[in-house]
Amino acid sequence: MAELFIEIFSEEIPARMQLKAGENFSTLMVSGLKKEGLLCENIIYHTGPRRLVFKADIPLKSPNTFEEKKGPRVNAPEKAIEGFLRGAGLAKLSSASIKTDKKKGDYYFTKIEKKGLSSDQIVPEILVSIMNNFPWPKSMKSGVSSFRWVRPLKGIICLIDGKLIDCTIDNIRTNRKTEGHRRHGKGLITVKNFSDYCQKIENEGYVMISHLDRKNKILSDAKSICEVNGLELIEDALLLDEVSGLVEWPNVILGHMDPLFLKLPPEVIKLSMRTHQKYFAVKDPSSGNLSPHFIVVSNQTAPDGGAEIAKGNSKVLSARLSDAKFFQKEDMKFNLEDNYAKLNSIVFHKKLGSVRDKSERVALLATSIAPYLDADLEIVKKAAKLAKCDLVTNMVIEFTSLQGQIGAMYYAAQGGNKDIVKAIEDQYKPQGPSDNVPKNPVAIALALADKIDTLLCFWGIEEKPTGSKDPYALRRAALGVVRIILENKLKLNISNILEMAVSSRVNADPCLPELDPSIIDSLLFFIIDRFKVHLRDNGLRQDLINAVLQLGVDDLLSASNRIKSLQSFLSTGEGINLLSVCKRSGNILKAEEKKAKLPYGDVDTLTHKRSVELLNALIQARKNIVLEMRNESYSMAMTALSNLREPIDLFFDEVKVNDENLDIRANNLRLLIMIRDTALEIADFDAITG
Amino acid sequence: MEMKNKTKSVQSFQGLILALQNYWASQGCVILQPFDTEVGAGTLHPATVLRSLGCKPWNVAYVQPSRRPADGRYGQNPNRLQHYYQFQVIMKPNPVNFQELYLGSLAAIGIDMDLHDIRFVEDDWENPTVGAWGLGWEVWCDGMEVSQYTYFQQVGGLELDIVSGELTYGLERLAMYVQGVDNVYDLVFTEENKINGTPKVLYGDIFHQNEVQQSAYNFEYADTYKILEKFKFAEEECMALLELDIPLPLPAYEHALKASHLFNLLDARGVVSPTQRQEYIKRVRNLTKACASSYLNKENNTKEKAWKN
Repeated sequence: MAELFIEIFSEEIPARMQLKAGENFSTLMVSGLKKEGLLCENIIYHTGPRRLVFKADIPLKSPNTFEEKKGPRVNAPEKAIEGFLRGAGLAKLSSASIKTDKKKGDYYFTKIEKKGLSSDQIVPEILVSIMNNFPWPKSMKSGVSSFRWVRPLKGIICLIDGKLIDCTIDNIRTNRKTEGHRRHGKGLITVKNFSDYCQKIENEGYVMISHLDRKNKILSDAKSICEVNGLELIEDALLLDEVSGLVEWPNVILGHMDPLFLKLPPEVIKLSMRTHQKYFAVKDPSSGNLSPHFIVVSNQTAPDGGAEIAKGNSKVLSARLSDAKFFQKEDMKFNLEDNYAKLNSIVFHKKLGSVRDKSERVALLATSIAPYLDADLEIVKKAAKLAKCDLVTNMVIEFTSLQGQIGAMYYAAQGGNKDIVKAIEDQYKPQGPSDNVPKNPVAIALALADKIDTLLCFWGIEEKPTGSKDPYALRRAALGVVRIILENKLKLNISNILEMAVSSRVNADPCLPELDPSIIDSLLFFIIDRFKVHLRDNGLRQDLINAVLQLGVDDLLSASNRIKSLQSFLSTGEGINLLSVCKRSGNILKAEEKKAKLPYGDVDTLTHKRSVELLNALIQARKNIVLEMRNESYSMAMTALSNLREPIDLFFDEVKVNDENLDIRANNLRLLIMIRDTALEIADFDAITG
Repeated sequence: MEMKNKTKSVQSFQGLILALQNYWASQGCVILQPFDTEVGAGTLHPATVLRSLGCKPWNVAYVQPSRRPADGRYGQNPNRLQHYYQFQVIMKPNPVNFQELYLGSLAAIGIDMDLHDIRFVEDDWENPTVGAWGLGWEVWCDGMEVSQYTYFQQVGGLELDIVSGELTYGLERLAMYVQGVDNVYDLVFTEENKINGTPKVLYGDIFHQNEVQQSAYNFEYADTYKILEKFKFAEEECMALLELDIPLPLPAYEHALKASHLFNLLDARGVVSPTQRQEYIKRVRNLTKACASSYLNKENNTKEKAWKN
């Protein structure tokens, strides 16, 4: 094995792209080498602001391969045989083998050996091809070249066992030199191999090449600086990843801010720090409140210990927070409801009118849903009217992601109703799979109405998500609807809600075009589809989900409970046995159905004792199952069904279904149909695969 | 980590301009003067938009007064101005050491990069009114954006064969940083005159009244009806100049810039709805795109250095 080591050096790669780029480079390199017969071992890759690093152990040479060459038939004319020998490079016919083929007759064939290539021939080709086609999310040209990279490419090291592999990409020829950190680095670094590189890039270059190492250093330094100062770091994994991609030589500094800014909502302070400045917020461990400090990670150590850097950053933060304070002061000159009229000026979507139009539709729908949630109609209506009023505040214009939170804060400050405050705050929830769902009835009504209205509107103008494109986050909205219903255990009929949404739409704005019923079907299908994905993500089996949902679904909660009961039932021995007898009877019916129409109708004369027993058991079981299903006692229903196991087994053991007597045979088949129909009260057992 | 020859930081606004001009002149740039039509940013100067098209190399640096009517605050906000200065550098094609040259310019204005943390943070630049975009960074100095650094990829809706490197320094903000001042009006524009004892001149001495009066004009008195008429006139004039038998893309482009500024004024008066906004931006973009195509067409058809004869 030989050590392959590559460093791609460029100007600053956007932090958000680095990790994926490192992974892509490694995957493409490994698969490219594998295609040529070189299997990589001990693969290591690193990424940082200015470099991608890859190292693997590879064979020195790719293995020899054989290619089979088919020749003419043994009795072919001499000329054809000669041609074959020439083409295959064989001296005489005896070197070729003969393969027998009964249909077409025997023919000649031979194996041609292809010699393996050395890795220093293979690697440059793969490297050039990867770099010319690298999947950057966005790439650019530079100078007069047509080569595209994420930012201008500066240098490439490519060594196999320390030997320089010569190739040229975009006028850049591979070499064994690289640069370290811009300020701390001590000139060009010449490297012998990967371990030499690792040692020199850190000790002479002042570059930590590993993202993980930088991350760990930042986190532990930040924690210890906080601890020394009696503070506590507010951890933020996404920010940590981003910051680790912005520095080659991380240096953690504690900055101070004017405590007067703590009067701002903590979310505003944290957001300002995180998005604009990439600082970590810090709290006071005794009170749990934000403390007037922040953690900034610089890309270098400074002779003054970072005092100037801390001072500069603190000034920038002050300017940002002064803006926020100004916005808050301006916004609070008005009551939240004063903004309602201004919602006219915000376009929700160019085909769907203004945000005010949306608010009116949502208010109607939310009040239609309210009675099912025991929520006060007037409160819900008011909450819906206020919900979007923060969209025209200076604060939300500046910090868009705080929509809802800002409205809630302002409304609380003006002494508004607590349920309404909660509803304004939670209307956009859940924002992602890990976000909480609203729990307050007023908030639920508003959050559901908002999402359903959005879905219906976009369905109405044929703006549905396709493939990876979902610009209006409609999948998230539908999943939100599903989760709100399930996690609050709401008995809501989803079709009914869609109907309410249609009529709210018409009542709010009679001018809107009428929706085709197929649109509503299609939306229902979409929501059910998200429901299925959600159940699957929660560990429920696809076949069981289908087996239950094939029977039609309006009530998501009970469908979900049914699938859960079915899955736990089928994990018991009892369940597995029952499934097999149901399947057996179903298979017989399927086979018979192919031959002739099944003899539907009531069972009349039964002669065999076991048949009579089975009939009685079926009648009793069905009665119980229907009752239990109505009470939503799904596990009880399953038990009732499993009581059929013994009579069915005895029936199959002792009764010949395909009796010569056609009348008996017909009645036997009718019993099997009854088994299927009884099981169908719970699920379509034929759809269960396991 | 020792740094020799530390430059003393420039302590006046004009000193900052002079230092940048000298630095970029010594890198072989043409030092131009501001363009004489109102523009929203230094990028819009024809020395950037038009000269970045085509295959001729071009290196330039200049100060450009920039106007953003909606940013006026009647001289009351310490950071926001409706009239401010940008320092713009274009190097076409971008040299391989453009980043190093840029860092050299920070040293030239006296930023001690041992003490201060310089960072290149992803920021992709786009200007829809001139159909232009590029990739690059905001450059941060201790968390403050001191420049915009871009590799142009498209201008006037046209893909570029030769990429220009563009630098934009927000001069007021940079000066505030260098001088350690919190309010733009407190910036020292010119240091004390020792010849006749005139005290130092502050930024506010020169521009405060201008901000007060121009804000009043932008927000209260600009006649929207007449401005709309002027916008239409500029648009028509631009197209007419491009439709001549021998088109005149340079004056046409000036009219496109006028249209762009007039739109900004209408916007500041609050008479443009969001939908209309997109519409206006599209109209201006169509003008600049047409100018760019016409300019490039002429450039390709003109024999090299024909102007000499």
